[in-house]
Amino acid sequence: MNTATLKLAAAEKADSKSKAKAVWNYNNNTCFLLKMLLTAAGFIIAIVVNIFFPQKAAVEIKTYIVSIFAFDISLTMNDAYIFLLAALAVVYLVSGLSSWSDKDSRKKYSKNAAFRFALGIAFALWDIGGTKLQLFAQPFFPGPAQVAEAYLADGEYVLQNTLYSLRLYAAGFSCGVLLGVGTGILIGWFPKIYYWVFPVLKITGVVPAVAWMPFALTLLPTSFTAAVFLIVICAWFQIAFLTAQGIQSTPKQSYEAARILGSSSPDLIFHVAIPHAMPDIFTGITSANAMAFTTLVMSEMLGQPGGLGYYINQSKVWSAYYKVLAAIVIMAVLFSLINHIIGRIQKHTLRWQEGVVKK
Amino acid sequence: MSSSIKISDVERIYYDTDGRDVQALKSVDLDIKAGEFISLIGPSGCGKTTLLRLIAGLDKPQSGELSIDGRKITGVDPERGYVFQQGSLFPWLDIEHNIAYGLRARGQLKQKKARVGEYISMVGLDGFEKSYPHQISGGMAQRVAIARALINEPKALLLDEPMGALDSFTRADLQDKLLELWKEKNTTMILVTHDIDEAIYLSDRIVIMTPRPGKISKVIDVSLPRPRHRGGVEFLAMRKEILELFELAQAQPQPEYTI
Repeated sequence: MNTATLKLAAAEKADSKSKAKAVWNYNNNTCFLLKMLLTAAGFIIAIVVNIFFPQKAAVEIKTYIVSIFAFDISLTMNDAYIFLLAALAVVYLVSGLSSWSDKDSRKKYSKNAAFRFALGIAFALWDIGGTKLQLFAQPFFPGPAQVAEAYLADGEYVLQNTLYSLRLYAAGFSCGVLLGVGTGILIGWFPKIYYWVFPVLKITGVVPAVAWMPFALTLLPTSFTAAVFLIVICAWFQIAFLTAQGIQSTPKQSYEAARILGSSSPDLIFHVAIPHAMPDIFTGITSANAMAFTTLVMSEMLGQPGGLGYYINQSKVWSAYYKVLAAIVIMAVLFSLINHIIGRIQKHTLRWQEGVVKK
Repeated sequence: MSSSIKISDVERIYYDTDGRDVQALKSVDLDIKAGEFISLIGPSGCGKTTLLRLIAGLDKPQSGELSIDGRKITGVDPERGYVFQQGSLFPWLDIEHNIAYGLRARGQLKQKKARVGEYISMVGLDGFEKSYPHQISGGMAQRVAIARALINEPKALLLDEPMGALDSFTRADLQDKLLELWKEKNTTMILVTHDIDEAIYLSDRIVIMTPRPGKISKVIDVSLPRPRHRGGVEFLAMRKEILELFELAQAQPQPEYTI
């Protein structure tokens, strides 16, 4: 065998190898299609179970009249539940289709397929255990259809409370971020302010914000402003603390380089210290965000005329645990969404870090 | 566009936290002509970086005076550009914005925007405008630092071991680039280095400094014609001369610590 044939054989071998590799992964259209079907299959199974599994336990299935665009539609809790499952299946199928031509999103989608399938199966099992057979202790562990019923029964009310929570969160957290970043910069930049303010911040910062509630409720004009105040201070301290740290850790050489290039003092703050502190500021914002959720729900439970926390409290009084769960589901979705948005902003702002910091 | 710098009887003492004083510079006199390429060379602790920082205005002497074109140096000024040893680029700005920093800081970015691209090409970084500092090599980063300093059109460029952290190939490359820029801009260049070859290859005059206390021990004129050859006979002779000077300076070594 001469070298040419050897090379040829090697090339052929490599070729067949790469072909074998390409055959069965997310790059293959058939395989990806199967992954999409697998993703949807779990939810479809859950729908099938809901329709065909006999209702053994004595659960009253009420019919609700819901008016959508002036049409009155009568729905039972099972209809609502099936609708939600179908919506999930459709959303995932559409996202599969939209990632059809992008390699990275294909890979990600394929990776998630098994989990999403399992999610559908979990729904089916929960449905059987919670509603169909009622194997779990009632009324503490209602089935998924009963949770969906809460949205039918209280739809508008739940929406109102969600918006109330959102408004409270937005007002409190945005003020908290602004104040936190502002004071953090002042503390980090001016040694005098650091000397007088930082110890106060350090000591009061460890006190959970809700501890101030009695004062907030008596001293502030409305319960809304009281709750805003609590969220503000819980975000404020955390963010100010980390911002100050970020400003102070700016290397001396960066300031020197900037000064020689012609930066004035304000320029040093806005173009050197703050950009340098940005990663720390975002660490502060993310951790403050988690605390803000806690403070939000707690203050709603303890003294608000509305909000998801208030709704939970009110439902608990009537032992309507399915409503409690319904509110928890909304919180999970809403707070994840907020986290996701903050994460996106962070990723965009700190894009210069990509590849430096392992995430 | 170049400046003469006069350093007369400058003294700088650092006070240790333990109360021990470190005489970083003692009675230093030096005249740097406009458009000259000067190297400050010496072992660590001889005060060469201290002297450069004094010229930049980043530090003040206890006694003596530094002046540029007859004006006393009182603080930093963009007319004296400075290139740090490494890591002085702003990591949150891409190459383009790093280079444009000086123009932006001085409010000239609008009028002189075209200059940014010009300086990027000048240091051979076309195509890297949108890269961030951590994405480029050390040699490229130093070229960015030099372009960033030069965009302010300084009359003097102070270089603090700008090639100290680079491998020898990149270093030789950057030395040629530096000479090219010097010729083009006719800026006064003051280079701190601990590399004898680099000093001989680049400078008109080499200032040899010795430590404890930091002072100038000799100033050598490098009269070799340019372009210089690193392996030439005269080059090697000069190298030998400087090495011998250092051996003389270290004839009575002082222990850095005692057991």
